[in-house]
Amino acid sequence: MRAYWETAVRGYRRYATYRGATFAGAFTNTVFGVMRGYVLLALLEARPHVGGYDASDALTYVWLTQAMIMITYLWGWNELALRIVSGDVAVDLSRPIDFQGYWLAGDLGRALFHAIFRGIPPFLLGGLLFALHIPIDPRRWLAFIASLVLATVLSFSLRFIVNLSAFWLLDYRGILNVTTLTWTFLAGFVIPLNFLPEGPRAVLEALPFAGILQVPIDVFLGKRLGLDLLGALVFQAAWAAALLLAGRLLLAAAVRRLVVQGG
Amino acid sequence: MAERLAQLTTYRWLAGASIRARAQYRLTFALDFAAQFVAGLSDFLAILVIFHHLPQLGGWSLPEVAFLYGMAGISFALTDLWIGQLDTLGQMIRLGTFDVFLVRPLGSLFQVVASELQLKRLAKAGQAAAVLAYALANLHIAWSPARILMVAVAIGSGAAIFSGVWIAGSAISFWTTDVQEIVNSFTYGGSFLTSYPINIFGAWTRRLLAFVVPMAFVAYYPSLFILGKPDAVIGQPALAFASPLIAGLTLLAAAAVWRSGVRHYRSTGS
Amino acid sequence: MIEADDLRKTFTVYRRAGRLRRERRLVTAVDGVSFAVGPGEMVGYIGPNGAGKSTTIKMLTGILVPSSGKVSVAGLAPARRRTELARRIGVVFGNRSLLWWDLPLRDSFELLRHIYRVPAAQYRGRLAELGELLDLGPFMDTPVRQLSLGQRMRGELTAALLHAPKVLFLDEPTVGLDIVSKARVRDFLAELNRERGVTVLLTTHDLSDIERLCPRMVIIDHGKVLYDGGTVEIAARFGGERTLVVDLAESRPPLRLARGSVVRTDGPRQWIKFRSDETTAATLIAAVSEQAQLVDLSIEEPSIEEVVRRVYTGEAVPA
Repeated sequence: MRAYWETAVRGYRRYATYRGATFAGAFTNTVFGVMRGYVLLALLEARPHVGGYDASDALTYVWLTQAMIMITYLWGWNELALRIVSGDVAVDLSRPIDFQGYWLAGDLGRALFHAIFRGIPPFLLGGLLFALHIPIDPRRWLAFIASLVLATVLSFSLRFIVNLSAFWLLDYRGILNVTTLTWTFLAGFVIPLNFLPEGPRAVLEALPFAGILQVPIDVFLGKRLGLDLLGALVFQAAWAAALLLAGRLLLAAAVRRLVVQGG
Repeated sequence: MAERLAQLTTYRWLAGASIRARAQYRLTFALDFAAQFVAGLSDFLAILVIFHHLPQLGGWSLPEVAFLYGMAGISFALTDLWIGQLDTLGQMIRLGTFDVFLVRPLGSLFQVVASELQLKRLAKAGQAAAVLAYALANLHIAWSPARILMVAVAIGSGAAIFSGVWIAGSAISFWTTDVQEIVNSFTYGGSFLTSYPINIFGAWTRRLLAFVVPMAFVAYYPSLFILGKPDAVIGQPALAFASPLIAGLTLLAAAAVWRSGVRHYRSTGS
Repeated sequence: MIEADDLRKTFTVYRRAGRLRRERRLVTAVDGVSFAVGPGEMVGYIGPNGAGKSTTIKMLTGILVPSSGKVSVAGLAPARRRTELARRIGVVFGNRSLLWWDLPLRDSFELLRHIYRVPAAQYRGRLAELGELLDLGPFMDTPVRQLSLGQRMRGELTAALLHAPKVLFLDEPTVGLDIVSKARVRDFLAELNRERGVTVLLTTHDLSDIERLCPRMVIIDHGKVLYDGGTVEIAARFGGERTLVVDLAESRPPLRLARGSVVRTDGPRQWIKFRSDETTAATLIAAVSEQAQLVDLSIEEPSIEEVVRRVYTGEAVPA
């Protein structure tokens, strides 16, 4: 247990050294938050309620997605793939700690750093510039934090699988780019899923990607209450568990291949 | 003249080499191409979804916004095609590749730009062109020679303005390589902004885009002119004709910023 | 060909002091360096790590602008006439490549031909000549990323010389090379200088490079020139000195030997200094074995750090 904690701390520290990049990233998050905010505001000024959101909800959604983009590391996480390509992964595999657990712990440490330094500042700025819908009920905050943690684990499980492709394709970059850009839309980053027409909306809300952004945001906004809230968290947890399992199976296949090929 | 031709040949060789190098990784290229298309599609899907709920956004109909999106998108894709690798300037400086450039008898900006021709960007250009085609099919534009010319002028000037912003922004790496990502707010942010009618953004944003970082001249003013729409914000649609001038000024300013950056790099090392 | 006159370069270095503040420090990397290299000379520029060698080279090649002082290479001021100068010089870096990573070696040369505007006939001739001297034939069509370090270095040398520059700067070219490759590179450079009259400035921290190639050497440390003169004198004084490091079966007081002196002991390990003109390693090893049981041994060559230290402290720098 101790080992996981240390790994998480190390994950946090590693990203803490990139001061300049963190600031630059937070700046970019803020700029995009402003721009996307105005676009949805234009929509909601003409049509006060869309998909169950009012203007304040929509703006909060924009700023939350900007805050969460790095927490869930939706774009281009390739640490594992890099280690596979360089061969350093052999070191990780030989450790007496569970491989997937090790990487998950590190990722959660990183997520905490990003939550504090790339999540909070842009969101605070957004709150100053726009009228956001911020919950007062501490239980809602707790529910949100739980959902956020689950979202990170869920995103990790997907990223883990994609990175493992480096075991088969030395040049994993193409797969990484395509999957990243695809699940950006599917998670509800580009536009809230509940703005979509009925048919596509139902499909996308059933997919795991919805659990990364849309679900935690709806929890924050108080759209998922009571039993529905439980349902939301279970949805995230179930998909996370299933994908983590898939990741483990894929890892086992990769390790078998490694042993056979003597890579 | 002969000098320019020679430079073009050199550019052709250098850019060609980058294409050949990338061509070795066929799967990645194909997937990157697909990824570019998906990204462009996502952006436009957002616009479609918005119009699912509204007939007009800020006074612009869907085909009109599609026109704006298409024009801006082609300008941006062309820019990204030829200078997108400026994003790696920080890396070039850190790895020492930039020093190798300084030891060769060519300009440094030329070498950075010529180091790559990103063919995958053609996917985004194609996607934007498709949206533009859709717009043209659904709009009733009163075409005149001036308006037809304006389409080409706008795309060219738009690309030039984006290029200027990109070059000036990337030059920040000469002072500090850490904050490279800030440039993304201007480049990719600019691409996002120019796809929408400017009047939906806040007052100070509009002024910023008209006078400071002249993104309003990329697609907005030209579109006002071509579509025959009145300007809801500042000035006249005729401002569209200022686009080439603005583009030229932007490039001159960008070149100055770049030179200043290289001077700084050469006096302080890295 | 190369003239440096009171060359100085000062950097401002920032260090994080605590959470938010930064402290500024002025670091003088090059502190009044002056020397002149005539056409056709082959000069070694040597010093410990951090001595200011790379910074000097950067100022000579136009990458860095000096803080003060005058410098002229091939008749041009590098800082102001960078692109003109680039046509007259060739530069080989130890840790940066002049070649295109993903493409065959041949393609890199072709690209450089266009960059330097080398006429076709001259290019073909140069490439054939260099290709033969450096034995590039077997791997001309191999992607650079697949080449061994030795092969890559031969490619880099070719790349730097395709446009027939008058001056060649080499910044740590033999770093990481195996003995065979090193010898090849040295032989090539010697021939280049002898037959073609190319002026060569070789930066290295490997003394043996200079001993074998450069009749003249400049020693630099802490940004200042410590010595500028013949290599023979330095080699004679320091070059011949080697150290035999022996691991004995057990700790002993320092061995008493006729032709070597123990300068240091550490448990069963003893460092024995000797001169190659007075005895050989083999003889010394035999002598040691007569006195004590030898478990293991190694031989250390004189390091530039030690030479510098001794020159610095004024130990017998010949007039």
